[in-house]
Amino acid sequence: MPQFMLILFEKPGDFASMSPDQIQKVIEKYGSWGARMAQENRMVGGHKLTEDGGRKLDRSGAKVAVTDGPYAEAKEVVGGIYILRAKDYAEATELAKTCPHIDYGRIEVREIDFMGQPEPA
Amino acid sequence: MDECGGLVEHLFRQEAGRLTSGLVRRLGPAQFELAEECVQDSLVRALKLWPHQGTPPNPAGWLATTAHRLALDRLRRRSTLQRIHADLAGLVRLAAEPATPADALDDQLAMMFGACHPALNREAQVALTLKVVCGFSTAEIARAFLAEETAIAQRIVRAKRCLRDDNVPIAVPPEAELPARLDAVLQVIYLLFNEGYSAHAGDDLVRHDLCEEALRLSRLLASRQDTGLPKAHALVALMFFHASRLPARQNGAGDLLRLADQDRSLWDRRLMFAGLRHLDQASEGAELTTFHLEAGIAAIHAQADSDEATNWAMVLGLYDQLMAIAPTPVIALNRAVAVMRVHGVATGMRQLEPLKPSLDGLYLYHSVRADFHTRLGQIACAEREYTAALSCPCSEPERRFLQCRLAALQR
Repeated sequence: MPQFMLILFEKPGDFASMSPDQIQKVIEKYGSWGARMAQENRMVGGHKLTEDGGRKLDRSGAKVAVTDGPYAEAKEVVGGIYILRAKDYAEATELAKTCPHIDYGRIEVREIDFMGQPEPA
Repeated sequence: MDECGGLVEHLFRQEAGRLTSGLVRRLGPAQFELAEECVQDSLVRALKLWPHQGTPPNPAGWLATTAHRLALDRLRRRSTLQRIHADLAGLVRLAAEPATPADALDDQLAMMFGACHPALNREAQVALTLKVVCGFSTAEIARAFLAEETAIAQRIVRAKRCLRDDNVPIAVPPEAELPARLDAVLQVIYLLFNEGYSAHAGDDLVRHDLCEEALRLSRLLASRQDTGLPKAHALVALMFFHASRLPARQNGAGDLLRLADQDRSLWDRRLMFAGLRHLDQASEGAELTTFHLEAGIAAIHAQADSDEATNWAMVLGLYDQLMAIAPTPVIALNRAVAVMRVHGVATGMRQLEPLKPSLDGLYLYHSVRADFHTRLGQIACAEREYTAALSCPCSEPERRFLQCRLAALQR
């Protein structure tokens, strides 16, 4: 079955002022969603990315320039990803709509290209 | 472990309270801000990580370890920069003790005693206890007491500053000082329970989470040798009895039901038995407190099959004792109802007159007068009293109750 990456965007400092009860409710939402995805055999995996700007690499002439990512000034960063199984973009976007992240930031959905090779199980 | 990552209700709030209390106890009230930041950060980290990694098998342990690690990191960083002796001392204490929730029980108690410092007024004591011991957010406290969030925030800031300036030790006080401080702590817990049991305004009559929190804290006190005095057990018993009646207090539509009209089969017998067990332990002391007497009254109601079957003479006797040691207009009002049951409506009515100056603004006073008038067949007077009651502040369910009684008279 095709696989789709959900790229999760968020604004830094979003959750700083939430109450403990509110935070717990959000975690429970993600927990339920994740469990459902696993139950439907759709969840391939997911990762949270560290909260720094990362590094940007660009070739400039002979050298490769490495700069710090724009985290400090950035209005929006990639917080993490999920990889889900879905039969097509229509199905994938419907799944992405149910991901709790959509209440806190935007999501980009991109199909993973296996270029004709057998898909991982 | 729940496959859906389901967490015990209010786990995060309770852990926030436990962890903050623990950090304040180890580091001192001067480090309130640090303690709260580290705890909040650990909750936010859980929020960011658990959706991807799944809920850990021991969520409370994870939070505790994370909060302690953050505190250690920040203290180290500060110490390196400023070399402040106090920070280093805190660092050593923090590093030496394990970050498991097991020893957190005493931390919350210690913080409760710290928060109920005599230099703070009762409102400040309650707000600080809810924030630091119970993990409530400022917004949640404001909602519970129908105050402005900014007012609560200021109250808490001032309270913390007071404890910091007085260098208040965050610990259960030595035995000699225990009685005075324990009384304050018990009062704060009872206030908390009352606020939850009968919210003073707003759409909900009962704030269950406040009642649960009060029960949890008082049981913590009662479970220990040094703080588990008979009066602590009396308070636990009293709250268990009240809580046992909660399922019957409102009907399906959320309307208020008086004690006499409640379906007693809905009363929670487990809670009632728990109350009786604590009442038993409360009776082992020499000191008779208002909690003992109120618990006794609640026990009589709890064990009666119906309003008519209630031993009102015994209830009246206990109210007489209450009036002897701690008379208040509200207790006098409740006593008047007992008098009415034992000696008749006319006698009961005579008890109400002297209370008018102090209780004129209380809807309950007029509601009781209206009830007495109704029993005497004095419908016009009853209507007047229900109307007076409606002009007093009360919650929505209480308002609907009064309107309903008034309408019934006018039919």
